[in-house]
Amino acid sequence: MSSEVISRHQQQKRDRLLRGSLELGIIVAIVLVLMLVMPASLPAFRLKLLGRFLSLAIVAVGIDLIWGYTGLLSLGHGIFFALGGYAFAMYLKLNGPEAPLPEFFTLYGVDQLPWFWQPFKSFGFTMLAIPIIPALVASVLGYLVFRNRIRGVYFSILTQAALIVFFNFFNGQQELINGTNGLKTDTDLIFGQVVSSEAAQLAFFETTVALLLAAYLLCRWLTSGRFGKLLVAIRDDENRVRFTGYNPTGYKVFVFAISGAIAGIAGALYTVQSGIITPSIMEVAFSIEMVIWVAVGGRGTLVGAILGALLVNQARTMLSEQFPEVWLFFQGLLFLLVVTVLPDGVLGGFRRLVTWGRSRFASPSLVTYPAVEANPEIQHEREEINQ
Amino acid sequence: MLPLLQGLFNGVSIGSVLLIAALGLAIVFGLMGVINLAHGELMMLGAYSTFVVQNGFKILGEPWSSIYIFAALPVAFIVAALVGLALERGAIRFLYGRPLETLLATWGVSLILRQFVRSANWPLLAGLSLLVVLFFGAWVILTRVLSPEQWRSRRLVLLLTNLGVSLGLAITTAALLWQTLPDDWVRPWFGPRNVDVTAPAWLRGGIPIGTFQLPYARIFIIVLTVLCLVGMYWFLNASSWGLRIRAVTQNRDMSACLGIDTGRVDALTFALGSGLAGVAGVAIALLGSVGPNTGQNYIVDTFMVVVVGGVGNLLGTIIAALVIGSFTFIIGSGAIALLLSNAEAPAALVEFFNFFATTSMAKVMVFAAIIAFLQFRPAGIFPPKGRTAEL
Repeated sequence: MSSEVISRHQQQKRDRLLRGSLELGIIVAIVLVLMLVMPASLPAFRLKLLGRFLSLAIVAVGIDLIWGYTGLLSLGHGIFFALGGYAFAMYLKLNGPEAPLPEFFTLYGVDQLPWFWQPFKSFGFTMLAIPIIPALVASVLGYLVFRNRIRGVYFSILTQAALIVFFNFFNGQQELINGTNGLKTDTDLIFGQVVSSEAAQLAFFETTVALLLAAYLLCRWLTSGRFGKLLVAIRDDENRVRFTGYNPTGYKVFVFAISGAIAGIAGALYTVQSGIITPSIMEVAFSIEMVIWVAVGGRGTLVGAILGALLVNQARTMLSEQFPEVWLFFQGLLFLLVVTVLPDGVLGGFRRLVTWGRSRFASPSLVTYPAVEANPEIQHEREEINQ
Repeated sequence: MLPLLQGLFNGVSIGSVLLIAALGLAIVFGLMGVINLAHGELMMLGAYSTFVVQNGFKILGEPWSSIYIFAALPVAFIVAALVGLALERGAIRFLYGRPLETLLATWGVSLILRQFVRSANWPLLAGLSLLVVLFFGAWVILTRVLSPEQWRSRRLVLLLTNLGVSLGLAITTAALLWQTLPDDWVRPWFGPRNVDVTAPAWLRGGIPIGTFQLPYARIFIIVLTVLCLVGMYWFLNASSWGLRIRAVTQNRDMSACLGIDTGRVDALTFALGSGLAGVAGVAIALLGSVGPNTGQNYIVDTFMVVVVGGVGNLLGTIIAALVIGSFTFIIGSGAIALLLSNAEAPAALVEFFNFFATTSMAKVMVFAAIIAFLQFRPAGIFPPKGRTAEL
């Protein structure tokens, strides 16, 4: 008996190891393809586009962490995305050909660098600021909201309002950050290279792939252990978590901040690969679109988030290149269909298809409560009822 | 004294547009826990209905064209209410208990409506009607012909096939019509540019008070808001449907047990809320030109009214709308900065308020104030009383 238990335990361990190494193998293969094959085979323009999509996939991973696992639907991730982007763009402006005072300041008669631009002269500070400033903003906003047990739809519309507020602020402050025109990074220098040059863009692409992997692994690690179980518990029944003796506020603030930091990094990568950052990145529509990428791929599966971001953005480029009018109709339908028909996204649908196929073509062996079926007393009672 | 009065009047008139819009949203939110992101687009539809009615009455000639606004009100109400009803029956009722998904679904509808207004023309309308007739017709026929078990087991496949076939047919028809019809029929009705609604002559101008005028259009909007409020109050508190709505808002399961058809209550309330959005659309058409994105300018403020006002209480909504409206106007117009500099307040304080003295920057400050307010009143001005652990 005991040896059987031990061997089953070993079997499980072996299974887990096998599955883990299989997953690792797949990830390594995909990363290698992205890092080595894509740059060699795609033209520069397409590579840049792919790099942009991959940086959007990074945001999607962060959104999946808070929405798919923790049940917080943020409609304001554009804030964090833009903050990261602006931080990087400010560094580039201060170290490019326009240094020490970026040109647009003279247009508005500003002859001294505003105080909050000063620290962005340093590379180290900027690299820290890209994740940390969004994380700070997210944790302040999150703390003020979650502390009062404001949740669900309330939280969503408050994040949306915050987004509009940030949009207005960046749009209106011409003499601080160039308002509507945004910051152009194409002609700036990074480590002596022009940002839009092919070598720099290749480096950005490789960094994007590496950071996407890092974001994936971080979220994977966060969601797999006890912490992840707690997040899912908060999503499914926050009151019960509270009654069990946990205080969900800290956990929610923490994941919201992590998600904000990830969005900030993505924003920085997106900015240098599209050559400009403007406040329009904080439009309401764009932030809601980020959510739909996750929904299309499959909530609560990190791979799904990445897949969804790539799929929807690819569809967007293809459709809006040919019929710009249809894109909005298509997007609207996508929202409706994903929510009503495919709530678990493409991955969930695929999984359902697989289990359906199995139940069709293999022996139906799934019994949920075997003990109930085997219990003679219950069988006896059933027979009595049926008589 | 006079500037203060002027500020108050403007604030109240901005707040009253917010109020009509938020009224519908708040009732629906209280009843179903659903925030309708397409609410702004329903307002936009109301505004466009006003435009259409105005042009129709212009053809009729003089005595009619000055009273078109009274016809526009019911038309806008009905158009928006019908669209809202379709939205509730077609999507939202399947998402009951999943408010976050409802948020996304209604956003999808809002995108479709915005693009629809931009490119609406006869072929598109024909294709759309064909799609609706085919899809829902086939749905009804299928549920009649098949036995309930057959229907349940194959619902997804059948519905998707149905949608595919109907979409295909509708798109082909629309495309064929697009190519064969003469240009006059294919031209978009409104196009992507803004359209202008001109207020009838008797609504232009205003009552002069000293150096400043109370515009008639704004007075009209305030009167309209008061009428809507009174109507809503009467409907909720004196009619039998109002009683049912209040019952379901308080306790859905209990009401269902007592024989109230909650599905019908949901549909009716949603239609009513959408209709109010349509009336709000008439009001914003009087204030300026309307475009496909008009609704977007109002929704976030409207949501904030619902958040601050609390659920299921008309008074909370009224106070929140008026306070947010006046607050935005008073800060945005720089009245506080002016007042402070007259009172010889410290320069830093004046500078601070001057920084926020534009419409968009005023929103920044109002948002900060709302977040601060929620710190000690997280469920709004009048939180619902009860013993539930949920908000």
